[in-house]
Amino acid sequence: MNWRSISTRTEQWQRRATHVRSRSRHLWRRLALLGAVLGPGLITSNVDNDAGGISTYSLAGAQFGYALLWSLVPMTIALYVTEDMCARMAVVTGKGLSDLIREEFGFRPTFFVMVAGFLVDLGNVVAEFAGVASAVEIFGITRYIAVPIAGLIVWVLVLRGTYRQVEKVFLALCSFYLAYMFSAFLARPDWLDAARHTVIPTVQFNGSYLLMVTALVGTTIAPWQFFYLQAGFVEKRIGARQYPQARADVIAGSVSCMVIVFFIIVCTGATLYASGQRNITDAAGAARALVPLAGRWASLLFAFGLLNASLFAASILPLSTAHVICEGLGFEAGIDRKFKEAPIFYWLYTILIVVGGGLILIPRAPLWRILVLSQVANGVWLPIVLIFMILLINRRELMGEHVNSRTFNDVAWVTSVAMIGLTLVLIYFGLFHPSAATGGL
Amino acid sequence: MLHATEVLGGEAYDAQGNFVGRVSELFIEPADQPNRVARYLLGRGKYLPLLARHDQISSVAPGVIKLNVEEKELEHFHPNEAWLAVRKDLLDQQIIDTRGRKVVRVNDVDLAEQRTNGTVELRVTDVDIGLTGATRRLLQGLASPMLIRRIQERLPARTIRWEFVNLIEPDPLRRVKLRITHDKLERMHPADLADIMEELSPAERQAIIASLDEESAAEALAELDSRLTSQIVEKMAPGKAADIIEEMEPDKAADVLAALPPETSQDVLEELQGEEAREVEALLSFDAHSAGGMMTTDFVYVGETATRGEVLEWVRGREVNVEQLDSIFMIDGDAKLSGVVPVGRLLLAANDEPLAQLKSEPLVSVGPNAKEKEIFALFDKYNLRSLAVVDTSGRPIGAITVDDVITRLRVLL
Repeated sequence: MNWRSISTRTEQWQRRATHVRSRSRHLWRRLALLGAVLGPGLITSNVDNDAGGISTYSLAGAQFGYALLWSLVPMTIALYVTEDMCARMAVVTGKGLSDLIREEFGFRPTFFVMVAGFLVDLGNVVAEFAGVASAVEIFGITRYIAVPIAGLIVWVLVLRGTYRQVEKVFLALCSFYLAYMFSAFLARPDWLDAARHTVIPTVQFNGSYLLMVTALVGTTIAPWQFFYLQAGFVEKRIGARQYPQARADVIAGSVSCMVIVFFIIVCTGATLYASGQRNITDAAGAARALVPLAGRWASLLFAFGLLNASLFAASILPLSTAHVICEGLGFEAGIDRKFKEAPIFYWLYTILIVVGGGLILIPRAPLWRILVLSQVANGVWLPIVLIFMILLINRRELMGEHVNSRTFNDVAWVTSVAMIGLTLVLIYFGLFHPSAATGGL
Repeated sequence: MLHATEVLGGEAYDAQGNFVGRVSELFIEPADQPNRVARYLLGRGKYLPLLARHDQISSVAPGVIKLNVEEKELEHFHPNEAWLAVRKDLLDQQIIDTRGRKVVRVNDVDLAEQRTNGTVELRVTDVDIGLTGATRRLLQGLASPMLIRRIQERLPARTIRWEFVNLIEPDPLRRVKLRITHDKLERMHPADLADIMEELSPAERQAIIASLDEESAAEALAELDSRLTSQIVEKMAPGKAADIIEEMEPDKAADVLAALPPETSQDVLEELQGEEAREVEALLSFDAHSAGGMMTTDFVYVGETATRGEVLEWVRGREVNVEQLDSIFMIDGDAKLSGVVPVGRLLLAANDEPLAQLKSEPLVSVGPNAKEKEIFALFDKYNLRSLAVVDTSGRPIGAITVDDVITRLRVLL
């Protein structure tokens, strides 16, 4: 054997080794890509299940058992279609929703959107802190201690963190929603019956049923989430080439959101509805009523889920709102900026938390009335935002080949029109049959 | 001073005092004069819009403009790509403030009136990015002009002089027609330019990189978030990408190529020439998290017998990145690393001082497979500015500089 042949042989090995290494690097790249894209969709959809949401879902289960489970399927589709529109706008234009509204519709419409958005979101923030208040009271902690602490945690988290860290915390919080799954299993429901009701619609035509459907849709598809979702994808710098991954993220988000809703409804349906305790008024009431029926653990898990959801949404909502407003009106924004660089952003953020949490601390604050009002505001606001989105995404000079398909437009319009109709129902009952409205929410 | 908001939507009357239409757009012809409002578009509802030239205007006041000709002398409107439209291209759009080095959004445009023998010309002086412009946009037509002016006086003004405004136009053909150049951007520090680009949309980023010279483009790309860099390079023709990458230091070039999808990086590598390609290819074969993946092959080495004077002479005669030069490697007769001389010591030494006397102790170096963590520890322990990477026989093959270490440490934060 001569030296030459050895060196050629080692070269071969080296080449093979580099090949293996480059292939494994390729695989890692793809996994990393998915991991990098995963996030905004999953987070947004889960934040959807906020305090108001969980209250509504538990009431839906307590009052109607499994009868409303069928509505989850069309809602998942509507959620996916509308969120996908935002994801597509983000990857194609690289701009946030309020940026696009500003550039395409001018200053005044943007200003109107920002002011209305601020007020609606403020209502939502109040609702989230109301959720924190009622959740901690199940654990025997007074709200006068818990709400300020929660506000402080939320405020510091964003002020002292970077986007990466904050997103990691948020993704971790997503997994806590599994608490509802365990609660549902502890309640020992009739899974077959639940599955049947999910596939076969059972429609009733009476006031409280319609009201409940309205509340379900209104709380699941919230207007602020579109702004947040689109900003999330823009901030992650996801290009049009990664749209498939972004879409996978949106689908994962919409489906996982609805799975959690399913478990909440099944949990209260199997226990409260089945045993005739149909008069609870909120999620905390549901958690309390669960104790004798499904055991202390199911109840605590349920309350923990509510606390987590409220805190989670309370951290995202003010952030998203401040961001959207500054973006649209041209102020500097973003948690990667310092206070001095983006004062308006941080002031808006602080005001939302202080006012939102502060209202809850007023003794005998009518929590449920705030919840109902914020839901109505969401319902009125949603179709307006949706119509802006539909107009934007169908502009060919903006979206190129990525304009909406016929089906997507149909679903989006049906959602908008249905929301207008359902909100009118809600307002009608609120004005003329307040007793039905209080029972419904 | 006038504002675009006050002129747009205003009523236009001809020489006879007859109403012609409403001002719906102001056009600048950058090819002619960079800041003059050259044409006024007059909308007439269901009739075709008319166009008034700047020498047909006899007076401009908020809400009213008067022409010195009759309506029938006005020309009809045909869209022209080479005209900059104040409402469509400027208001509400993002621009680059080249002096403040920021991306900002235009709220309003400030105009100065210039009277020359009976006609009035409007010239763009500033763009308004502050609250004054915002309130004007909001209240125009809803409150009386007097009230609006009074509110404005109390608000802090934030404006950018027109000379410092850099427009962002993704369409390269239109950019040429509008005479948008990016020489102001080229004069910016690459890190500032990179920050600005991160604020923009993908199409706009692409447009800016495409219009910079290769050296500036390379510097800006090297400072950009690696995900954005690969997005931009991917969309370029491989030849153009290779031209830009050739301007980069080998380690940066390797980082950019490593972040690309394998097919694209192969295409670009094929376009790279000669030695550059070999160096980059060699760097690419190392694991990104090892010394080999961190190092650059651009380093200065001299024989250990050289004196300070000889070294200086030698460095002067070559293309060395002086701003990054902080150590010089010494090699012995077998080309093995025998010492590292910090530039600071070189500075103070006498001209005939042999280099061997100046080397820092102990001699620290790593193999190409050393792990990131080891390297960080060495930099910390010996307060290094740069670290030599040697092959198995002790010959220097690259250098890791402190800026690469900081970049990687920030990722871990």
